[in-house]
Amino acid sequence: MTDLPGYPSRRSFLKASAAGVAIAGVAGTAQAEATPQAPPLEAYEPAYFTPEEWQFILAATARLIPSEGNGPGAIETRVPVFIDLQLADDYGRADDWYMMGPHDPTAGADRGWQTPLNPAQLYRQAIPAFNAWCEAQYGKAFAVLDTAQQDAALTALQKGDADLGDELKIFFATLLANTKEGYFADPMYGGNHGMQAWVYIGFPGARAAYREWPTRHNIKYPLGPVSIKGERA
Amino acid sequence: MARQEAKKDVVIVGLGWTGSIMGIELAQEGLEIVALERGRDQHTVPEFKYPNQIDELKYGVRFKNMQHPAQQTVTVRRNLDETALPYRNMGSFLPANGVGGAGTHWNGHTWRPQEVEFHLRSYIRDRWGEQIIPEDMTIADYPVSYAELEPFFTQFDKVAGISGYAGNLNGQIREGGNPFEAPRSEDYPMPPHPATYDSAKFGEAARALGYHPFTMPAGIASTAYTNPYGMQMGPCNFCGFCERYGCYQYSKASPQTAILDALKRYPNFSYRTHAEVLRVEKSADGKTATGVTYFDEATQEEVFQPADIVIMSSYQLNNVHLMLVSGIGQPYDPATGEGVTGKNYAYQITGGTTLFFKDEIFNPFVGHGANATVIDDFGMNQNDFGALGFIGGSYLFSGTFNGQPIRSMPLPTGTAAWGAAWKEGIGEWYGHSMTIATHGSVMSYRTHSLDLDPTYTDRHGRPLMRMTYDWNDNELNMEAYLTGQIEKFVDFLKPDAVARGHKLPGAHYDVRPYQSTHNTGGHIMSETPDTGVVNKFSQVWGMHNVFACGAGNFVQNTQYNPTGLVGALAYHTAHAIRTQYLSNPRPLV
Ligand SMILES: Cc1cc2nc3c(=O)[nH]c(=O)nc-3n(C[C@H](O)[C@H](O)[C@H](O)COP(=O)(O)OP(=O)(O)OC[C@H]3O[C@@H](n4cnc5c(N)ncnc54)[C@H](O)[C@@H]3O)c2cc1C
Ligand code: SF4
Repeated sequence: MTDLPGYPSRRSFLKASAAGVAIAGVAGTAQAEATPQAPPLEAYEPAYFTPEEWQFILAATARLIPSEGNGPGAIETRVPVFIDLQLADDYGRADDWYMMGPHDPTAGADRGWQTPLNPAQLYRQAIPAFNAWCEAQYGKAFAVLDTAQQDAALTALQKGDADLGDELKIFFATLLANTKEGYFADPMYGGNHGMQAWVYIGFPGARAAYREWPTRHNIKYPLGPVSIKGERA
Repeated sequence: MARQEAKKDVVIVGLGWTGSIMGIELAQEGLEIVALERGRDQHTVPEFKYPNQIDELKYGVRFKNMQHPAQQTVTVRRNLDETALPYRNMGSFLPANGVGGAGTHWNGHTWRPQEVEFHLRSYIRDRWGEQIIPEDMTIADYPVSYAELEPFFTQFDKVAGISGYAGNLNGQIREGGNPFEAPRSEDYPMPPHPATYDSAKFGEAARALGYHPFTMPAGIASTAYTNPYGMQMGPCNFCGFCERYGCYQYSKASPQTAILDALKRYPNFSYRTHAEVLRVEKSADGKTATGVTYFDEATQEEVFQPADIVIMSSYQLNNVHLMLVSGIGQPYDPATGEGVTGKNYAYQITGGTTLFFKDEIFNPFVGHGANATVIDDFGMNQNDFGALGFIGGSYLFSGTFNGQPIRSMPLPTGTAAWGAAWKEGIGEWYGHSMTIATHGSVMSYRTHSLDLDPTYTDRHGRPLMRMTYDWNDNELNMEAYLTGQIEKFVDFLKPDAVARGHKLPGAHYDVRPYQSTHNTGGHIMSETPDTGVVNKFSQVWGMHNVFACGAGNFVQNTQYNPTGLVGALAYHTAHAIRTQYLSNPRPLV
């Protein structure tokens, strides 16, 4: 396993591969299907992100949904892969959105998406801008800060204290929304690997048939999730 | 030069709920009908089939079942001084695209407004005096009464297949139903659904507090059912992918389950998809329409479709836009209050309080779009407007629609939005909460309106429609009052934690969070041609062969979800065309 330079979530890689070993030990059971083979994150070749951007995404999502504590983190669930694939796809290009000008990025947040950038362009411009802010503040790019500094930097970004300019001010909200999407979406989109996020909270995924359940009050639903492709966990 | 198609008796613009109703009712008269739908064709199979539709990201978050702003959108400003900006991606409201319209991905809450809502201005005048109506509030009586519409409400209930229990059957109040509703001539076609845990807890609390709980009337089949057109439905299995999704198992009321297969059997009916109507064409004297011009996506050209009757059923926003770009009715000017087209745009005010119970299990994914226990004790006809200081009403309800985790992840106030504490929070609280929500009326105001935007255009070069809308004190005061009433439930149920999500005094319209697709007004009904766009039969004043369906007809919004009234008005219109207009085409008023 190669380490990503300065990348803080080595622990989560270890944790993920330990889980992989444990599951390999029970191959053949339903649970084994839950964690299909996927190249390790550090071997993943992004469809959209540049190497610098990819370092940032790995590090940032690992703080937004950390590996520590109960439940899987963004890294174990492969949220970075999800975001990469979304940005390479029609979402990144804002194909469905009305993107004609004139644009008024100075408008208040409650006026909705008013930057001229589509999501893919937003990430492309915001990551170096935010890294520059981190350099100025801490002397290092975001990915190589320690976790406490990363949390402080993300908080500053969230609050607007790390001001990247009007066209980029929607970046934090977009990154956070995409991170949660990747955590909870069906695994066929690249995140929620092994349906771990669904298992953690107790969401049965694509089962979508509960005819006997409305009147079973205050009783835990016993079945684990299935995915759209039919995997079980 | 636009291509021209063979003339039809009737052209229908948009094949959603109202287009389908008008189609099948007029097809029974033997008329040659063509419906033009801008979106794709859609069927239960394959478009809505299991498991593909059970995809929160694609349909719940990326809105792939809906209108895409790249194709059509509006601009929004909150007041006349603000510069309107485009609604660039979907948020506050979610108009439909494709056969079946929003009828495919709605929730199914199916209501009849209260009797007083039809003659609201006179009701207020008689009871409190008109001086309690704020100066800029432009509410009026509907030109049609509940009694006139009752048979058509009943017809819509039977076609859509509504599950519920009548609280007022021919004037007799029945325990277990809504005692405050207007009298029904018949009970619902199907019995009410069972209550999920949250809904049952709310019902118990409501009873203990002296209110009158009942089950939400649902356009969701509770049993096997065959409707008057011979269409069959099967009971819902609480799949939890209802609102924003097509139903994979023939249970949700929709044009697909209730009308379309029966309609397609009429040889005199046909429909074309990927056919976006660009304008209604007028005759030389402007007194009738000659047909419509649409954009044929397949051939990338404009096509003229001549017809004797034009039915506008493209949803409220699109209908008003088409009227504005086609010169139907005098455009409304919010500065002067002159004109009619675009007048009295209104919406719905909603909010919710979430109650968290550490040790109780709610299984939030077990639900359907209209799953709820409701009380109407704070409805329009129960509120003393004079004493309360607002004009309006709301129902309160609780019941899970879905437990889809990207969107439906309520957490106690103060929980971090990310990081370790957020992750801890979702593990601790997912599935351990219930929400009590408001669903309130919004009155009409002089500035709340729709006109053409001076700056932004659509892909065909037409101006976008501009929406001017904000929250007024009247509605915010009502929401504050209701928030206080919900506190009685909080005190009674004693949750471990709470999160309150209500619009606060001074709140402004925020286009980002979903609120409702209950956009109303803009081509309102009126007693006289100078105050609205259509008469009581939804017939355009001064253009007698154009009929406009949908919530654009609403004089002001009611406290309920719109589709019960939208459906009843469509049947009322169809009946008038069949019995009065066809034999002698003319203005019916
Ligand atoms: C998520 C959601 C939940 C809802 N829940 C409820 C609920 O619980 N209760 C309730 O009462 N209401 C609800 N509604 C509202 C309900 O869906 C609408 O009131 C109803 O569908 C309106 O019927 P309509 O015929 O006017 O429009 P639609 O059913 O939307 O049909 C309009 C059709 O016209 C087509 N069209 C538009 N423009 C053009 C054009 N230029 N040329 C050709 N075709 C065009 C559209 O593609 C669409 O197919 C909900 C709506 C949404 C989106
Ligand atoms: S909840 Fe019921 S009605 Fe709604 S989509 Fe699922 S099965 Fe159909």
